[in-house]
Amino acid sequence: MSRFSALSLLKHSLSGHKNWSKQWPDSQPKAEYDVIIVGAGGHGLGAAYYLSSQHGITNVAVIDKGWLGGGNTGRNTTIIRSNYLYDESARLFDHSVDLWENLSQELNYNVMYSRRGCLMLAHTVHDVQSFKRHIHSNRLNGVDNRWLTTEECKEFVPCLNTSRDARYPVMGGALQERAGTARHDAVAWGYARGAAARGVDIIQNCAVTAIRRNPDGSVAGVETSKGFIKARKVGVSAAGHTSVVMQTAGVNLPLESYPLQALVSEPVKPIFPCVVMSNAVHAYISQSDKGELVIGSGTDQYTSYSQRGGLPLIEHTIAAITEVFPIFNRMRMLRKWGGIVDVTPDRSAIISKTPVGGLYVNCGWGTGGFKATPGAAHTFAWTIAKDEPHPINAPFTMERFRTGRLIDEAAAAAVAH
Amino acid sequence: MLLIHCPYCDETLPEAEFTYAGEAHIVRPLDPSAQTDEQWETFMFIRRNPKGPHYERWRHLHGCARYFNAVRDTVTDKFLTTYKAGEPRPDLESLK
Amino acid sequence: MTRVPGKGRVDLSQPVEFTFDGKTFRGGKGDTVASALLANGVHLMGRSFKYHRPRGPVAAGSEEPNALIGTRRGPGRYEPNTRATVQEIWQGLQTNSQNKYPSLKFDIGAVNDAAYMMFSAGFYYKTFMWPKNFWHKVYEPFIRAAAGLGVSPTEEDPDTYASRNLHCDVLIVGAGPAGIAAAKAAAGQRVVLVDENAEAGGTLLSEPQAVIDGVPAWDWLASELAALKAAGVKVMTRTTAIAYYHQNMVGLCERLTDHLPTLPADTPRERLWRVRAKQVILAQGALEKPLVFNGNDRPGVMLAGSAQTYLNRYGVLVGKMPVVVTSHDSAWYAAFDLQKAGAKVQAIVDLRGTVRDDLLAEAKLLGIPVKLSHTVTATSGRLRIRSVRVNPTSPGKVGARVEIACDALLMSGGWTPSLHLFSHTQGKLTWDAGRTTFLPAATPEDCVIVGASAGAWGIEAALRAGAAAFGGTAPTVEHDRTGSGVSQVELPTDLNAGRAKAFVDYQNDVTAKDLRLAVREGMSSIEHVKRYTTNGMATDQGKLSNINGLNIAADALNRRQPEVGLTTFRPPYTPTSFGAFAGYHRGTHFEVTRKTQIDSWAAENGAVFEPVGQWRRAWYFPKTGETMDAAVLRECRSVRAGVGIFDASTLGKIEVVGPDATEFMNRMYTNPWAGLKPGRCRYGLLLGEDGYIRDDGVIGRMSQDRFHVTTTTGGAARVLNMMEDYLQTEWPDLNVWLTSVTEQWSTIALNGPHAAKLLAPLVEGVDLTDEAFPHMSCVECTVAGMPARLFRVSFTGEIGFEVNVPAPMGRALWEVLWKAGQQYGITAYGTETMHVLRAEKGYIIVGQDTDGTVTPHDAGMSWAIGAKKPDFVGKRGMARPDLVAKGRKQLVGLLTEDRSRLEEGAQIVFDPDQPIPMKMVGHVTSSYLSDAVGQPIALALVEGGHDRMGQTVHIPMPDRTIAAKITGAVFVDPENARLKL
Repeated sequence: MSRFSALSLLKHSLSGHKNWSKQWPDSQPKAEYDVIIVGAGGHGLGAAYYLSSQHGITNVAVIDKGWLGGGNTGRNTTIIRSNYLYDESARLFDHSVDLWENLSQELNYNVMYSRRGCLMLAHTVHDVQSFKRHIHSNRLNGVDNRWLTTEECKEFVPCLNTSRDARYPVMGGALQERAGTARHDAVAWGYARGAAARGVDIIQNCAVTAIRRNPDGSVAGVETSKGFIKARKVGVSAAGHTSVVMQTAGVNLPLESYPLQALVSEPVKPIFPCVVMSNAVHAYISQSDKGELVIGSGTDQYTSYSQRGGLPLIEHTIAAITEVFPIFNRMRMLRKWGGIVDVTPDRSAIISKTPVGGLYVNCGWGTGGFKATPGAAHTFAWTIAKDEPHPINAPFTMERFRTGRLIDEAAAAAVAH
Repeated sequence: MLLIHCPYCDETLPEAEFTYAGEAHIVRPLDPSAQTDEQWETFMFIRRNPKGPHYERWRHLHGCARYFNAVRDTVTDKFLTTYKAGEPRPDLESLK
Repeated sequence: MTRVPGKGRVDLSQPVEFTFDGKTFRGGKGDTVASALLANGVHLMGRSFKYHRPRGPVAAGSEEPNALIGTRRGPGRYEPNTRATVQEIWQGLQTNSQNKYPSLKFDIGAVNDAAYMMFSAGFYYKTFMWPKNFWHKVYEPFIRAAAGLGVSPTEEDPDTYASRNLHCDVLIVGAGPAGIAAAKAAAGQRVVLVDENAEAGGTLLSEPQAVIDGVPAWDWLASELAALKAAGVKVMTRTTAIAYYHQNMVGLCERLTDHLPTLPADTPRERLWRVRAKQVILAQGALEKPLVFNGNDRPGVMLAGSAQTYLNRYGVLVGKMPVVVTSHDSAWYAAFDLQKAGAKVQAIVDLRGTVRDDLLAEAKLLGIPVKLSHTVTATSGRLRIRSVRVNPTSPGKVGARVEIACDALLMSGGWTPSLHLFSHTQGKLTWDAGRTTFLPAATPEDCVIVGASAGAWGIEAALRAGAAAFGGTAPTVEHDRTGSGVSQVELPTDLNAGRAKAFVDYQNDVTAKDLRLAVREGMSSIEHVKRYTTNGMATDQGKLSNINGLNIAADALNRRQPEVGLTTFRPPYTPTSFGAFAGYHRGTHFEVTRKTQIDSWAAENGAVFEPVGQWRRAWYFPKTGETMDAAVLRECRSVRAGVGIFDASTLGKIEVVGPDATEFMNRMYTNPWAGLKPGRCRYGLLLGEDGYIRDDGVIGRMSQDRFHVTTTTGGAARVLNMMEDYLQTEWPDLNVWLTSVTEQWSTIALNGPHAAKLLAPLVEGVDLTDEAFPHMSCVECTVAGMPARLFRVSFTGEIGFEVNVPAPMGRALWEVLWKAGQQYGITAYGTETMHVLRAEKGYIIVGQDTDGTVTPHDAGMSWAIGAKKPDFVGKRGMARPDLVAKGRKQLVGLLTEDRSRLEEGAQIVFDPDQPIPMKMVGHVTSSYLSDAVGQPIALALVEGGHDRMGQTVHIPMPDRTIAAKITGAVFVDPENARLKL
């Protein structure tokens, strides 16, 4: 792997960029690996990177049915934050933010982590109570998050509609300054390059059709469209497709897959300085470095793998955006797209061992998996390497659905009374 | 926006009239207290989540307000059939 | 002027003046900004994204990537990135160029162009990493400021937007020859024909030479459109089919006013149509491919078909001495048309070695020099093309150059079917290697794709395909123009290809060498190449660049195109206003505001409101100059000392009726119901199957088989849905009917020591004594002459009544009570006072004191559980290991030692001196100033709280730590003495 630097860029530009080497080879499967990761998104590639860089396990393959980074890694609105309520979530996501802050340097790949702040708007008394609960909890957990008055919100985001007569007036907001965005594709590419440099095979366009088990029940390897590949350990990190893959190993998960839509506007010069989320009106928005307004919508009501999504949801999302930011009414939508998100009953992820020896799963990220990429990958790699969870992901087990020890961020946000 | 056939109204109507209600044919145990924690977890949380035909429930909320069952392909979102609550699970072969 | 007399459809007798960068230009009715500027000899209309290269229009339609402008109609009506090739001119239109400083002709940003070798694909992934904090402070702000095209609007949009549903038998997208023929053949059905252009006609508008059924094309078009309209076909122009959804639902955006000089009253700017069609015909035509060569982006370089459109439709000659470069027959016709219109075509340069004889003969006849087996290797001219460098080619070799002076360069690399909407249906595509294009195959939708969008070239073929969709026959066509071509990657060159500025995506400045660099660096799928280079991600969404990008990537990878993949087309087809999607849902119409019958009284009497779910509720009633705290304290004091009146109409109300109503209630709620006598009430607690509290409310048994169930304001719909679910699907054997009656009743609560005295004279049929009508009673009676359901219940700890009357009578009853209450000093109070009073009594608010993780035991309400019942919803869930474990958070009261008021949401710790991260053991759920207690009170969930009465906990705040004592949750009148008369 040749190192990227301003100097190398200059040198290569003088030679017409003819001498750049591949950032990762397009590998063909070997007969056997120590670890196979199913799913070459940011989480899977990251896990392979940390297995090779921190645990010395380099005989690793990452297998994907499509091209790497082609799932939710490349389809999300790239919001990064860690202002979660529960200790377990705050630790996991803040661990991620810690890793995000050094990721470009660590990977020698500019993932453009942009610490521009995330403002969550409160529109009801109930929002105010809930957000203050988050702020206090975050403060005592060492996670930055602070309250802004309506006027301070307006100062932070000048194009915000703070009219008292709005259908949902802004009653203040919670600002996490360390939150922000990153360049989603670069995360997958940076991890892929780093993992490949350490000997990891990245096998694209190879569908895993089943997980095969030994007579003693432990994992034997994976059946793929390119034949059987033996493995001592298998980690599944396949987002919306995880439950289908895991069922082939006889592991049933509390997951449902829903279509999630997002959209961007035409690009304009900088107008929007941060990330703004509004749960009450169901909208979140930021502006990409390219100038597009990046807007997240919700999930459709039914489970689906079609990635199509309906029009009513988009109408509602844009109405919500223009309600909060009326100046954008004459902006134009450039592109919208859908992804498939896997959702658990408590809206928190599972990073866990499974009842099958040597089989591990990282799933259930719902609409919020991108921000967790480094932290989830790091702890997932740990769990696979040591066959026991890292303290940070220990609470994110499969067993919690039996015992009732849920990490229910959605319930904690509660409902209006 | 999907078009959905309500088996009670016998009309095909836009999705906006309906609400989705999760996987079908999950029966609440008659004596929940006799269930183990594992059984209760399965009843409450474990779902098939198939890529393909899915037995699922819908409610014609802004119509007859009845719950009914459907088989929908989650890859194409096409409904293979809808049927009244309480009717047996249709055989997938018969729907092809 | 370059307008050709007698050519085109623009009405020059109706002159239209508009401005571009402050300078006034004149065009005619029917012109676009681009055609009018070209008619004035202006090609330079914009600057590119990255290198700030001067650019002019390359196309004549909605696929235009270069000529993007700002458009303005006075205050509030500005939009960036408008395609000059689409925007029609009107008298007074103001437009401006974008992405330049200080001027379009001299733009400082063009220094990037000089350093273009540094700004290769993906360069930003490789640098800007040192020193680390420079990314945030220096590099990113610089990159952000450089990116973007136009500037965002900054004012509120004064226009309105609309939406409608439309059902039809046939929706036809594209009113060119294929679409018109299909519409005609579908006669008798309900047909809708839509086209994104200002005029229907498609290709016919650019090909007036064609003769259809013996009639000149434009005459045929006019009579056919008239006939279609007469036959009831709905023809919609300026209407773009933006997206194709499930089961033949197509979204249309109709632009109603952007072309009008004066805005008509009461007309929306745009209208979003949701069309549900039994069948959809896609006849979107094809898009011309640019050729990829060094310098293919200078102003004056244009698609040949577009030049033909400017001439034939708009009467504009884009150059007086153009050169044509092509690998497809169609550009020859453009050359012929321009030559005949008075241009002096300098050469037709064709990459191919052999060309149809009739084309060669016509070129010879017209005196146009022809150069077969030639390539273009460079162009010159800064703000407008001045010359083109042409070289002969032979296999593997490029010969000596010649320079040809010109003022326009018209290019054609062939045609690509428009498969956008077809792709939205998840339609499958097949690769046609012969024509180097994808063609449509199967789709799950009931949809037929016809004409050029299915790969059929020429007017006659389009007419035939359109008619055939409904079994019709097509007219004959004379002077039709069909042809074929050979697809190209980068044109052969004798120069260093590694330094060529051969653009594939014009707007995003993606060159062929960028694509090859991406492949060299391991990007092996077209999605990787696209994302690494940003090819196809500009505002034209790859309409011009995708196919060239794919061909070049496939060539670099030495693989067939389908193996490299096709980037999926995403909706919308062209960029679409946010306003069109938001439609009516703006301002107060963003979401319905539910108001009670008494809301108007509250508004008239100075209430401050708060939104609760969809409802707006009176929050408090301040007197002039009174703060919220002061108003609430006054309201509280008045209720406890006298009588208060409160609008409780938003409470959810469900009537549960039937022989099995008691059994149903027993199964749904935690409480036992069999022992509750008619005329009595009970507080009911509803759990989820997980054992956590979901809702609560007082439930009255009106008769043996009839329960009047109340729910929380926000929970009404959810509770009814849950009840229906269990009743219909788990317990269909129960004979019970459920009815939502929330909006049937107006509910007024009277609370306070004087409540009975006030109410009694107005009530007929029941004595309001403790004996006849004790606390927790209900009855149907008459109040102030109105039929009523009267409850004696209390959410304040004072004597309380809730009077339900038919909803429309709500305000009348309120006014009667208000008047009658004057002698008792009646006080209207809002939700905040209600919250304080209930908190003083330790009554929970579901969703505030509980959060979806609280069991009845946690909330101190074990008493509400019917322990003897074999089952109820949530009973099993409540028995799960973690829900019966020690150390759960339990609801308690808190009194601060310094008598300060805690903040709701504040976190609680046992050890205030521990370092961060601290072990948190709970949080404050409710906190109020309390007149009755004489100091602020709070409710809180605290780990093991029920066993910690009297202990001190700590609430660390940013500036200090507050100590508080754990108490019971009931602060006022724990014996309930005040509930007795």
